[in-house]
Parts: sequence; C-alpha cells; structure tokens
Amino acid sequence: MILHQFRYDLLAFLRNRQSRFFTIVLPVLFLVIFVSVFGNHEIGPQNVKASTYYVPGLSAMGVIAGSFVNLVISVTAQRESGVLKRRRATPVPAWVIIAGRALTAIVVALGVMTVLLLIGRFGYGVELPTSTLPGVVVTAIVGAVAFCCLAYALTTVIANEDAAQPMVQAIMLPLYFISGVFIPNVNLPTWLRDVAEVFPVQHLADGLHHAFDPATHGTGIVWADVGVLALWGVAGLAVALWRFTWTPAAATA
Amino acid sequence: MDEAVISVRGLRKRYAAVEAVAGIDLEVRRGEIFAFLGPNGAGKTTTVEILEGFRKRTEGDVSVLGVDPAHAGSAWRNRVGTVLQESAAEPGLTVRECLELYAGYYDAPRDIDETIALVGLREKSETLGEQLSGGQRRRLDVALGLIGDPELIFLDEPTTGFDPSARRAAWNVIDGLRALGKTVFLTTHYMDEAENLADRIAVIAGGRIVAEGTPRTLGGRERMAVRISFTLPSGIAIDELPLQASAQNGHVAVESERPLADVNVLADWALGRGLDLPDLDVRRPSLEDVYLELTGGAA
Repeated sequence: MILHQFRYDLLAFLRNRQSRFFTIVLPVLFLVIFVSVFGNHEIGPQNVKASTYYVPGLSAMGVIAGSFVNLVISVTAQRESGVLKRRRATPVPAWVIIAGRALTAIVVALGVMTVLLLIGRFGYGVELPTSTLPGVVVTAIVGAVAFCCLAYALTTVIANEDAAQPMVQAIMLPLYFISGVFIPNVNLPTWLRDVAEVFPVQHLADGLHHAFDPATHGTGIVWADVGVLALWGVAGLAVALWRFTWTPAAATA
Repeated sequence: MDEAVISVRGLRKRYAAVEAVAGIDLEVRRGEIFAFLGPNGAGKTTTVEILEGFRKRTEGDVSVLGVDPAHAGSAWRNRVGTVLQESAAEPGLTVRECLELYAGYYDAPRDIDETIALVGLREKSETLGEQLSGGQRRRLDVALGLIGDPELIFLDEPTTGFDPSARRAAWNVIDGLRALGKTVFLTTHYMDEAENLADRIAVIAGGRIVAEGTPRTLGGRERMAVRISFTLPSGIAIDELPLQASAQNGHVAVESERPLADVNVLADWALGRGLDLPDLDVRRPSLEDVYLELTGGAA
C-alpha cells in the first residue's frame, strides 16, 4: 500500500516543474558554480580540493532539498487545497499516506545526491569513497528521514502554501551558509559555528564531508552526527504527531 | 426501503461561546437523495462534517451506516464516499491516474473506465486534473467519491460555480446514483437543484431544523395560497376588479385559495369587458420563496 502511494507521489513529483527545479536543478547549479568559481584550490579544514569539498557539502543540500524543502511545500499545498482531507475520507490509513510521501522524498533525496556524486566524479574527477561508502549512505538516509520528520513538523506552523516556499528558504539559506555547505565553516567566527552545531544541517554536511575526506579510514560513519540527526528527527516526529492536521488551516475556525 | 442509513438524535455542537448545532434530529433512508439546505453559518457544514467523521460532536446520538462516525475506521470508510466542498485535483496526475490512486485505497473499487464514463470524462481521461475546467474538475471529484463503490455518498455543494449546462450534466450524474441504489446526502445553495434531485429536504437555520419534507410539501408549501398576478389594464382602477387584490407599480397580485375558480372569475370579468390581462401568471410559491421565508431571508 505504501508502494502504491509512493508510485503516484513520485509521478506527481516528477511532473512538477517547480519541485524539479528546486530539488534537482538548484543543487546541481550550485555545484557547477561553486566548483567553477573556486576551481581546484585546496580549501576547508582538511585541505582537500574544492570539488572534493563541494560534492559532499552540496549533497547535503540536495538531500535537504529532496526531503525537507520538497515535502514542506507539497504537503502544505495538499493540505490547503483539500487533497489531504479528501484522502483522509477514504479507508487508507493515515500512516500509509504519510509514509508513502516520505518515501518519495527520501528516494528523491538520495537520487539528487547520486546525481551530484556522478557529476562530481565524471565532471570534476572527485574520488568517490569506497571503504567509507557506508558513511555516505547511512548519513544520507538518516538525514533524509530526519528532515522528512522535520518537514511534517514545520507544516504545522505554516498557514498557507504561499508562505511555504519563503519560509523554508528563510530557514535553510542561513543554515547552509553557517553549516559548511557553501563555505567551509572554519572561516566562521566561533560563536557562529557553535550556533550551527545545534542544527541538523551542520551534522548532515559534516557527516558527508567526513566520509569524503581522503584521510578518513574505516566505515566513515560519524556516530555523533548521525545521532544528532536522529534526535532532530525524533523531535520533528513528536511535533508532527502532536500538531499535524489534515484539514486546511484556513477553514479551521 | 425505509432502513435508516443516517440517524441523528439531539445532535449538538458547541464552539467556545456559540452553539453551531442546537439539537437536531435527522433520518435518511436507504436509496434516497436527501438534500440538506441552510444559509452559511447555519450549522450545515458542521453537521455534515460530524456525519463524515471529520468533527467531534458535543452531544447527541449519531449513527451512519450503523456506526458512530466519530469512531469509524477503514471498514466504515469503505462504505462511504465523500465529495468535499473544496478540494483541488491531485497535483500532477491525470484523471485516470487520480482514479487509480484512489481505487487503491478501497477494498472493492468500481471499474475505473466505467466510473470515468459515468461522470462523462471519457475524452479527458488522459488530461491532468489541474487542466480540467471547473465543471470537469467537480465531476472528477464526484468520480473520486464514487470509486470505492460506496453505499452512501456525501455531496457537498457539488455544482457551485457551474454554468447551466454543466449543472444539468451533473444532475444527470447524481440522478444516476439513484438508479445504482446509492443513498445520497446532498448539501446545496440552489433550490432548483434540491427540487430536481431530492426525495426529501431538511432546512437548517440557526442550528435547528426549521422544516423537513418533500420538495412539494416543504414548509407547508402545498397548502400555501397560490398567487395570481397580471398587469393592470390601462384605465382600470384596482377596486374595479372582481377579487380582493393588491397592486404594486401597476402589477396586480391576488392571493388565492381556489386558483381555478378565481382565474375563472377574472377571465369572465375581463373578457366581458373586452380586456386582456397582460403577463397573467398563476403560480405556487417556489421552493426558493419557501426557503427564504423559513430562513428569514438570510440565504
């Protein structure tokens, strides 16, 4: 049943030009721009090539775009247009609708990341991790799931679909900047890094950076980062379970 | 045929300070089309949402298909179809894909092609839902409400915003549900819709049922005086007429308990003087007249 829902949600996602742009094209665009601008200088705390730095960093952005951004916007729109309410009037269990949509988001997130990795590998010659591949996969999956939960939590405070897009960008853009997605955060003042440490973006990016670092050995899984992501996911899930509504906010008088 | 599909006793719903539904009784029998009318803010939507299981009641007994909708699970939802007042198309899916998605939600769905044909969307089955016209989209909504092959269907203002021909087409679809043996709970703002489709009508105003009956008998309509009206012929004063009448801007109205005899008196009188009675009209109060009377003109 989840797969039934997943199939149609994925179809709807792929047909939506706006979601294709914001989740797939935008991260790819950022990758091309950043690598072109900074070339192959050595940057970041590990002194790796710019491309090796940006592939995992922007993969984090791709995962977030695929899970969080995509989900917040589409779920808010579906709620406000009465689509969720109509589905709720059918026998399908609530969790199937939610899990089916979340699964779409997770698959899209991993798909976007794969696209970025392939561009990095074949466009810029970035070495793909081999022994540390589990670090990439585990961090990305835990991150995607956590950001799905956070997305459902965030929809509960967004009044309508017009507010959804600016809201997610307003939350995510500053976090991308302070979390090492766009610029290595060693360049940031300590207090700003401390702020970033609190939020999940930093831990998703750091987990992926670590797995890509040629100096890393072992599985490449940074359990501290995975743990923080999981905690955020649980917190998001709790808020979603507590506050999530199926009916348009505008009509709930 | 008189098995109760919906049975409501003493239903109340209070929001903070307001009592939106102030103790109503309703009964809808199997196979009938039941129209539920009322002005905005009269408690209509609240009542429907309680019956659909979307809202909790404050007080009273509610049974829909033998189950309390407040605690209904998916077995119950398999037997109920819901066409909501406002719901957009599923984004990014064609008409057929929408129906495939929803068919997958039910244990024993109707045939998809047959359902598309029933609502007259065969030529549009490969069109994206968001590209349909308003009327076509509403028919898709009806199709989505029917795809589970429900026994009972809630239709909330199914034709609001339709042009006259689209409305006729929608009526044919709804009338066709009767032939399928479905029970329909219809809410509408249009009196002609209720009159054309409904077996029985209930009117809610101020949270109470103010009238219940067939379209012909609602609010004592069948016993109401018939109004005979015409334009006063020139050169004739109103007190020259053979019947008690009132006039406004030269337009005369006679309230009549015995319309046939009174028309006869008028005709004899006019023909005897070689007069015409322009714009002669004999009519019972329309359902709309009765409704406006019942709801205090608050439609």
